[in-house]
Amino acid sequence: MPIIVGPNRFRSGGMLPQGSPLPAATYGTLHAYHGLLLQDRINSETFPVQTHLTINGTQQRLELDPRTTLLDALRHHLGLTGSKKGCDHGQCGACTVMVNGRRINSCLTLACMHDGDEVTTIEGIGQPGNLSDLQEAFVSEDGFQCGYCTPGQICSATAMLDEVRSGWPSHVTDDLTGDAALTTEEISERMSGNLCRCAAYPNIVEAIRKAAEKTA
Amino acid sequence: MRPFEYTRAQSTETATRDAAGGAMFIAGGTNLLDLMKLEVMAPAELVDINRLELDRIEETEDGGLRIGALVTNSDLANDTRVRRDWPVLSRALLAGASGQLRNKATTGGNLLQRTRCLYFYDRAMACNKREPGSGCSAREGFNRILAILGTSEHCIATHPSDMAVAMRALDAVVETVKDDGSTRRLNLDDLYLLPGDRPDRETVLEPGELITAVVLPAPVAGRQTYRKVRDRASYAFALVSVAGVVAMEDGRITRADLAFGGVAPKPWRDPQVEALLVGQTPSEALFEKAADQLLAEAEGFGANDFKLPLTRRTLVSVLTELTQEART
Repeated sequence: MPIIVGPNRFRSGGMLPQGSPLPAATYGTLHAYHGLLLQDRINSETFPVQTHLTINGTQQRLELDPRTTLLDALRHHLGLTGSKKGCDHGQCGACTVMVNGRRINSCLTLACMHDGDEVTTIEGIGQPGNLSDLQEAFVSEDGFQCGYCTPGQICSATAMLDEVRSGWPSHVTDDLTGDAALTTEEISERMSGNLCRCAAYPNIVEAIRKAAEKTA
Repeated sequence: MRPFEYTRAQSTETATRDAAGGAMFIAGGTNLLDLMKLEVMAPAELVDINRLELDRIEETEDGGLRIGALVTNSDLANDTRVRRDWPVLSRALLAGASGQLRNKATTGGNLLQRTRCLYFYDRAMACNKREPGSGCSAREGFNRILAILGTSEHCIATHPSDMAVAMRALDAVVETVKDDGSTRRLNLDDLYLLPGDRPDRETVLEPGELITAVVLPAPVAGRQTYRKVRDRASYAFALVSVAGVVAMEDGRITRADLAFGGVAPKPWRDPQVEALLVGQTPSEALFEKAADQLLAEAEGFGANDFKLPLTRRTLVSVLTELTQEART
C-alpha cells in the first residue's frame, strides 16, 4: 500500500512487498544503507508511489519505490528487457526509449515522473516477422555485432527520423532555418548519444540511411 | 541512490514552499539523478515540478522572448523564432549533450547544472564544492577540463553549460519566484557566484526560490555564432567555447557581445574586451589585443595551461569570422 505522507507525496526507501523483484536502482548501494533499510524493515512498511504508464499501448499501474528509474521499471517490474542498461548514467544510449514520441535516456529519469505518459520501447516497435523499416535495415546492412546497443540505436533512430521530418536542425546543419539533408555527417551527429562498443557505426549509418530512404 | 521523499508539485506555491523547507526541485533530472546515483547529491526530498505550466515560449511586448523554465533544450533549440532571431542560442543548445538529453533537459535545469569536475564526482577525493573545507584535489590534479578565469584557491571548476554562455552574450534575464510569492529578475552575471571561499554556493538563489523563466531581449542587429572546441566532434563538454554577437557599420565594429564557456566558474563576459573592440576597424592585431585583455588575469594549473592559447585562438577566429561575414 502506498504511504501517503501528504497530498501527492511519497517516500522511498521502504521494503517492497514480498516476492517483488528488487529494484535495480538499489544494487550496489544496499551495503551503504544497510542500517537505514534495516530500520524500514523493522517497520515492515512499504512506501511505493503509484504511477500510471501506457507502455506500448498497454496501460500499466505500478507501485514503485520513487528511486526506480524508468529503465528499471521497464526491465525489472514489467519484464520488458529489450531496453538495455549500459552505463546507467545517460552516456551510452542503450536505454533509449520514446516518451510521448520523444527519445530519452530511460536510465536518467524516474518512473514516477512519468505518471500519465506514453512510453514506446523496442518491444513496441516491431516483432519477429513484422519488423520496422529500421529493424529490417539493421539486419540487411549488418548494423550490429553483439547487439547490446541495438534496441537503443533503433529507438533513437526511429525518433531521430521523426525529428528530421519535423525540420529540426542539428549541430552540423549549415542553415538553421532550412531543411537538413540526411548526410553521413548529419546521421552521425544526431546519433552521437548512442555508443556502439563493437564500432558498427558505418553499418548503423547505412541502415539508418536506407530506412530513411524507404520511408521518404 | 539514497532514499528520499517524492512530491508532485501542483503549483509554484506548493513547490516553492516545499523547497523552502529543504526539498530540491527536480525537472528533467538528467544531471541531478546522475549525481544522486553517485550520491554526490543526496536530497532528502524531491519536488517534481514537471507538471507546472512553465513550458511555454512566449513573445514579450518589446519583441523579446520569455522562455519558460520547463521548456526543454530541444524545444528551445528548434523554436523557429530562436533559430531565426537568436541563432547563437540555437547553435549553443545543439552543440550540447545528445538528442536524448536535450529532449529531457530543461532551461532552468540547464542553468543550474553542476560542474563536471572529475573530483566533484569522485566522493573519495577532496572537493570544496561537494564537501566545504575538504580541500581541492583539482588544483594539482587532473585539471585538463577546468577553469583558467575566475578561480579561487578553493575551487577551479567550470560551469559546463553551452546554453548559458549564449544567453549571457544575449543579455538574458532570469525570472524567479520565492515561497512568499515575491518575484525578482536577475541577469545571468548576477545569478552566478564566483567560488571564492565557498564554492558550494553557486548562485544567489535562496532556498525555495524557483526559476520560472528566462527572458531574451529583442533581437539585435549583427552576426551571431557559437564556436565550441572539444575533445570529440559531438556529445562532449566544451574545453573552450565562444558565443559572439558582432555588428559592423561603415567598416567599424559597433557591437561585440562576447561570452565564453569552458574557461570559468560561470559564463564569462568581460566588458573591457568589448569596449576595446567597439568603434575599431577589425584587424588581427585588434583581436590579439582583445585576447590579451580577456586573458590578462588568466591562470592555468598545469594540465589546462593549453586553454590560454586555445581561448586566444578561438576568440581571434570567431572575431575574424563574424567581422568578415559582416563585411560581405
